[in-house]
Amino acid sequence: MSAVLEVRGVVKAFGENVVLRGVDLAVDEHRVVALIGGSGSGKSTLLRCASLLEVVDDGQVLLDGEDITDPRVDADAVRRRLGVVFQAYNLFPHLSVLDNVTLAPVRVHGRSRSEAREEALALLERIGLADKSGEFPDRLSGGQQQRVAIVRALAVRPRVLLLDEITSALDPELVGEVLRLVREVAEQGMTIVMATHEMGFAKQVADTVCFLDQGVVLESGPPDQVLGDPVEPRTRQFLSRIIDAGRL
Amino acid sequence: MVAYLVVTRSPGWPRVQTTFFSLEFGRESFLPILRGLWVNVQVLLIGGVCVVVLGLGLAVLRTLRGPAFAPLRILATGYVDLFRGMPLIITLYLVGFGLPALRLQGVPNSPFVLGTAAIVLTYSAYVAEVFRAGIESVHPSQRAAARSLGLTHRQMMRIVVLPQAVRNVTPALLNDFVALQKDVGLISVLGAVDAVRAAQILVGQSFNFTPYVVAGLLFVLLAVPSARIADAVSARARRRQQSGSVL
Repeated sequence: MSAVLEVRGVVKAFGENVVLRGVDLAVDEHRVVALIGGSGSGKSTLLRCASLLEVVDDGQVLLDGEDITDPRVDADAVRRRLGVVFQAYNLFPHLSVLDNVTLAPVRVHGRSRSEAREEALALLERIGLADKSGEFPDRLSGGQQQRVAIVRALAVRPRVLLLDEITSALDPELVGEVLRLVREVAEQGMTIVMATHEMGFAKQVADTVCFLDQGVVLESGPPDQVLGDPVEPRTRQFLSRIIDAGRL
Repeated sequence: MVAYLVVTRSPGWPRVQTTFFSLEFGRESFLPILRGLWVNVQVLLIGGVCVVVLGLGLAVLRTLRGPAFAPLRILATGYVDLFRGMPLIITLYLVGFGLPALRLQGVPNSPFVLGTAAIVLTYSAYVAEVFRAGIESVHPSQRAAARSLGLTHRQMMRIVVLPQAVRNVTPALLNDFVALQKDVGLISVLGAVDAVRAAQILVGQSFNFTPYVVAGLLFVLLAVPSARIADAVSARARRRQQSGSVL
C-alpha cells in the first residue's frame, strides 16, 4: 500500500533554532497517526510543513506520491487537498458558521452555492449544530467552534486531515465532544495525522503513535507498544511525566 | 460662562461684535458661502472615495511579504513617508501651481481638480497607515486558516483579512474623515471658490469678518454628524469586544 502522506528527512529551522532535524513519517490511507511529544518537540511544525504553511529547509513531503515541497508545485492547489484544524479553531469571526463552512467549497472548489450549502448543513446537522448555522463563531462555545472547524476542514473532502493539538485550548469538559467527532471521522475512513496531548485518545483511535523528541521521530509503532512498553528511555521519561500529571 | 463674561466685558467687545457677529452681514453672506460649501462637499465626497481606494491599495502593497515584493513595498513606503511628512499646504501649492506650470498635455488646471488631487495625495498616505495597522491587527492564524483551505493570497486578503481589518479601524478612519472635512477648505488657496474663498471675497468687499464666522459655523455643522457617527461606531466596536464589561 502506498502512503497518502509521506515525510522524508524534513529539516526546518527558525533562525538558529532547528526544530525538525530530519523527520520521516509515512501515513497510509484510512490510517490515523498520532504525533506525541513535549512542547517544542516539533509536532506542530511538522504539521505546518506538511500543510505548506511553512517552507521546509530540507527533505520532502509527498502527497499521493507527488513531492509537494518542490518549489514548482502550486502550493494553493496542494492545500486544496488537505484539511487542517488548529489549536485555536481559527474560524473567521466575521462570517457566519455556515459561511465559514461553505467558503472553501464555493470559492476554491467552485461548487455551487446551493450544493455547498446543502452539504454544509448536512455536516452541521451531523454534529448537532445545524441550528447554529446562522450564528457568528463568537456566540459558540469552544467545543462547538472546534467542531465547526473540523467540519469546515471536512467540507473540502480532503485527502488527509491534519489536526494540530485541537483540544489543547478547550475546557476539559468540552474535550469529549471534539474527540467523539474525530473518532467518528476516523471510523468513516478519513486519513488523519494529529498532534495531541490526549494520550488516552491516541491509544484508542490511532493506528500508529509517533514520539517526537528534539526534532526527530524517536520511536513509532502501535499505540500499545509506544505508549505501553516504549523502547527508548526518553519516551519512557516523557510518558512517566504524563502519567504523573494524570493524563494517561 | 467665565469665558463668555470675560469676552463680552472686554473693552474691544462692541467693536468685535459688529465686525465679527453682525446679523446683517451674516444673512447676506449666508447663501454665497453655502454655495461655496457645496464645492467643499463635492471635494470631500470625491476625495474621500479616492483616499479610501488609494490608501487601501498602498496598505496592501506595504503589507506584502516576501523578497519578491520588496520594490513595491519600498515604493509604497516612500510614498507614505513623502506625503505624510509634507505639509498639506505645500503639497497644495506644488500640485496646484507646479503641475499646470509644466504645461503638459491633458493636465487639468482647474483648482477644484488639482486641489482634490493634492488632498488625496496627503490623506491617502495617512489612511494607508490606518489600513496597514488594521491589516496587521488581524491575527496570523486567520491567514493560516485561510491559506490552509486553499484560498489564494488575493482571496485571503479580500475575503478574510480586509473585512476584519476595516472593521478594526473604522473608528480611526472616521476620525480621519472628520479631519478631511475641515481640510477641504484649504483648496481655497488655489483659488477655488469654496466656502472659505467665498467668505474671503465677502470680507474683502465689506471689511466685515462675519462671513468667516458663518463659514466656520457651517463647517462645524458639517462635521457634527460624522463625529457622532464616529462615536457610535467606536462604542459599538467596544461593546463587541468586551460584551457586558463596564470597565
